[in-house]
Amino acid sequence: MHKIRKYSQDTFINILFYIIAVIMMIAILYPLWFVIIASISNPYDVANGRLWLFPQQVDIRGYKELLAQEKIWLSYINTIIYTVVGTIIALVVNISAGYAMSRKDLPYRKLVNIFYVIPMFVGGGLVPTYLVVKNFGFLDSFWVMVIPFAASSYNIIVARTFFETSVPESLWEAAQIDGCGTIRFFLEFILPLSKAILAVVGLWTAVAQWNSWFNALIYLQNEKLMPLQLLLRRILITNESLLGAATGTMAQELRLLSDMMKYASIVISTLPIMILYPFLQKYFDKGVMIGAVKG
Amino acid sequence: MGFKNFIQYFNSYQFGVTIKNTLILSIYSIVVGFPLPILLALMCNQMRNKLLKNVFQVITYLPHFISTMVMCGLIIIFLSPSSGLFANLARLLGMSFPNIMADSAAFKHVYVWSDIWQHLGWDSIIYLAALSSVDVEYYEASTIDGASTLQKIRYIDIPMILPTAMILLILRAGGILEIGFEKVYLLQNIQNIMSSEIISTYVYKIGLQNMQYSLSTAIGLFNTVVNVIVLLMVNFVAKKTTDISLF
Repeated sequence: MHKIRKYSQDTFINILFYIIAVIMMIAILYPLWFVIIASISNPYDVANGRLWLFPQQVDIRGYKELLAQEKIWLSYINTIIYTVVGTIIALVVNISAGYAMSRKDLPYRKLVNIFYVIPMFVGGGLVPTYLVVKNFGFLDSFWVMVIPFAASSYNIIVARTFFETSVPESLWEAAQIDGCGTIRFFLEFILPLSKAILAVVGLWTAVAQWNSWFNALIYLQNEKLMPLQLLLRRILITNESLLGAATGTMAQELRLLSDMMKYASIVISTLPIMILYPFLQKYFDKGVMIGAVKG
Repeated sequence: MGFKNFIQYFNSYQFGVTIKNTLILSIYSIVVGFPLPILLALMCNQMRNKLLKNVFQVITYLPHFISTMVMCGLIIIFLSPSSGLFANLARLLGMSFPNIMADSAAFKHVYVWSDIWQHLGWDSIIYLAALSSVDVEYYEASTIDGASTLQKIRYIDIPMILPTAMILLILRAGGILEIGFEKVYLLQNIQNIMSSEIISTYVYKIGLQNMQYSLSTAIGLFNTVVNVIVLLMVNFVAKKTTDISLF
């Protein structure tokens, strides 16, 4: 009797778990699906609630108008350049710093470690940071997006943990006996062993760069340097029309067209990451696990 | 100079408002956002169908990669009282839908629950990682002893993730006045400002929009000092009571 009750309770729990899982998946996927179908639907259908599962009338004016904007192309290219250059610089800085920190023979190792850990809990503050960046002459330059914020305590510590746990001390000793210097050892022995950590730190940095806008907001004035996310702010948040002003019935038409452009801009800015991510998921998972080890 | 700037902030009308709003958003986020990922990980860990489990994980992690900008755009579009998805849904059911973004009392719910939607899955990864190190033999032995699913969760899984959970709780408590600037700033508007002005948005406006560098820096420093004190306090209490701590 007791046994039967236990099994039926287990079955009930399992069914409950699967029901919750299915509800969660729908709650996540439906809004994303809605954005995609809204971006290719007639704007009247979207505004009047006639759009639910599939587009009634396909209408791609949103994309046409959006891609006709020179600003979109410019900011898209800017974001790609910021992402590529920023990721390369961040990899060079964080991986080499992490490796140096992992070496037991680093002078003042403890002190350097504390020096890196403090900024994780105590920030310098907005204005002091702004003034430092300004005094370095970074204001309104391309480099402000890729240099001042390249080093990340978190990534350095994750890299350090990775090297500490995966590079045996004896490897360095053996290389040293064979007359191999630190730089050559790093380039020829360590780098080939660190594909996992390169992928983890690289992907994190790339996603953060692609999505960042605040630094551009405070440090960049030049329209030509604007990243995609800041242009999205004008489309999505401050609701500026990229199409100019109009009156009367034209105004209504223009407002609907702007709404279509909102959906289209969300799709073109987010789709690259959404498509790539499932293939790269194992590296993101791995990153969280390497990071968790440090605890 | 002295403490003039600190005193000016402490005596200003904005002091009480920004502290209150920051604490409300922060504590609400912890109360909801801390236990839910643990529950999700415990649930996900029990799923026996490998394929469904993988699909479930990929899908729940997905929204994490949406940028804050796009997320806030989505919130504003979906909550629009005239043409938003929620308004259309309400109309279908014959109800009217209020202008939530203009309702200052609703701001905290919008902020916290949209965050849950976006990050719940991702925040559970770390617990799943901890659970993946449980030896399968424990489960097998407990099955032979007649343990139910809930008993396995209670006596095997929960003790396993407790240290991780404590560390994350300490870290979150240390950031109690460090609520995400970007999202609050982007969701702010004139109608909801009474509950959406937090310390970091105020520091930004005073410092970089009004150019009152000293005052802004003083407020920022005050924020940092409070954070460090709270972090050390929670760390101390955790060390005394559970023997788990950051340092």
